[in-house]
Amino acid sequence: MSADNQIQASDVYSLAHHHRFQWEEAQNSYVILFPEGMVKLHGGAGEILKRLDGKKSVGEIVAELKAAFPDAENIEKDIMGMFELAVSKAWLRKV
Amino acid sequence: MTQASLGESVVQKTIAQNNGVAASATQTQPLWLLAEVTYRCPLHCAFCYNPTDYDKHTQNELTTEQWIQALRDARKLGAIQLGISGGEPLLRDDIEEIVAEAHKLGYYSNLITSGVGLTEKRIQAFKDGGLDHIQLSMHDITEEINNFITNTKTFELKKKVAAMIKGHGYPMVLNVVIHRYNIGHMKEILEMADALGAEYIELANTQYYGWSLVNRSQLMPTKEQVDEAERITNEFRERSGSKMKIFFVVPDYFSDRPKKCMNGWGEVFMIVTANGDVLPCHSARVLPNMQFPNVKDADLGWSWKDSPAFNKYRGDSWMKEPCRSCSEKENDLGGCRCQSFLLTGDAEVADPVCSKSPHHHLISQAIEDAKNPVIAAQPIVFRNDKNSKKIIAGELQARVDEFHALP
Ligand code: SF4
Ligand code: SF4
Repeated sequence: MSADNQIQASDVYSLAHHHRFQWEEAQNSYVILFPEGMVKLHGGAGEILKRLDGKKSVGEIVAELKAAFPDAENIEKDIMGMFELAVSKAWLRKV
Repeated sequence: MTQASLGESVVQKTIAQNNGVAASATQTQPLWLLAEVTYRCPLHCAFCYNPTDYDKHTQNELTTEQWIQALRDARKLGAIQLGISGGEPLLRDDIEEIVAEAHKLGYYSNLITSGVGLTEKRIQAFKDGGLDHIQLSMHDITEEINNFITNTKTFELKKKVAAMIKGHGYPMVLNVVIHRYNIGHMKEILEMADALGAEYIELANTQYYGWSLVNRSQLMPTKEQVDEAERITNEFRERSGSKMKIFFVVPDYFSDRPKKCMNGWGEVFMIVTANGDVLPCHSARVLPNMQFPNVKDADLGWSWKDSPAFNKYRGDSWMKEPCRSCSEKENDLGGCRCQSFLLTGDAEVADPVCSKSPHHHLISQAIEDAKNPVIAAQPIVFRNDKNSKKIIAGELQARVDEFHALP
């Protein structure tokens, strides 16, 4: 991954334009909706996206999740991985 | 984290080739609801996939209340992506109401329009009502060809409408149907889309259903033209980076394997037609001995889960050879039932597009016919009420004789 794609703890992200994040009862999960598609998020990813408000930094979200899930191992690495993927899929945009 | 641990893409119409679908034959949900709200249309596209006998269904459209009820019922079944199409949906004056209700119900809604009838006032009402996006069909880059193929003077208007869509902060989603008369203009089409600020462009090679099947010999490009068009598209994609997402939908006639039609019969798509018929795909009414449910008298949950029509081709137990024992059957589920029936007279045989199909020669023949100057010179049958009436009355029999049902 090139340097400009690298996620920094100080970065702030929000959902990309024209994407919508919502809880979907019928799927029993969070989803991202966008033109022509839907991505069904697994539990962990939903927890991250839920905290994305265009104000909190990646580092703050990591800290919140660590506090919310004290037993989860390696959570930071997972969260960073999820950010990288979501950015590469253009679900998120940097603010 | 791998993508699998993050989530999965469940409904992706345009890039279905590289996306798994989560639903299975036993656990299906109509995630994608297409509301074909009217068959009336001011345009007369030769490639229109609406049924050629649509004229029968222009007087018995569902009311606003019936549409809203259908949206509610489908939402309960898990529907989330809503396409509002037609015909030209803007010919109904209640789209504002339908859109607002869809938003309240939590749909991600998409208006699929030719742009004719879109005004500042209406687009503002759509925006206020919570419409998520608008897909604009552009027929071609040059006014001459556009007017030729749609038989009307609409190109200038398209440009105005595109600006209006952008102006209201909507993503610009363009759909261009590709056929013999515009395939030579790929570069110009892409450049225009870019100039209009399109975020997505779908270059949809004509699929041969409805009117486009009647006009197949007139519309089909050659294999060489399709390859060249794809090459130009790839070249453009590399140059333009990720700004505009370009989907090139390969025409199935020129590939060895059929498409996984609708992502599988009754798997994720549900269509409600102007008169309320509930279908697993646009053209399912061509199939013989099938009773499709109608929202006017059948419960939508029953229609999706239990109606004989929706269960008929779910899974693969209906298959005949060569599909039944084919190692690739999961990839395409034997292709399109309607295409099989229209071309061979048997809905349960392999889609003739497949090179393993004993009927594959029908596809090769169609490709040859399109190159035959005498056949290709037959006049185009434009999609309009007059021609629909003629087709219903059997007056254009010679043009539909080789098909096993009225396209
Ligand atoms: S393809 Fe053309 S004629 Fe058919 S519904 Fe769309 S705009 Fe109307
Ligand atoms: S034989 Fe049938 S299942 Fe196998 S690839 Fe062809 S259409 Fe698909």
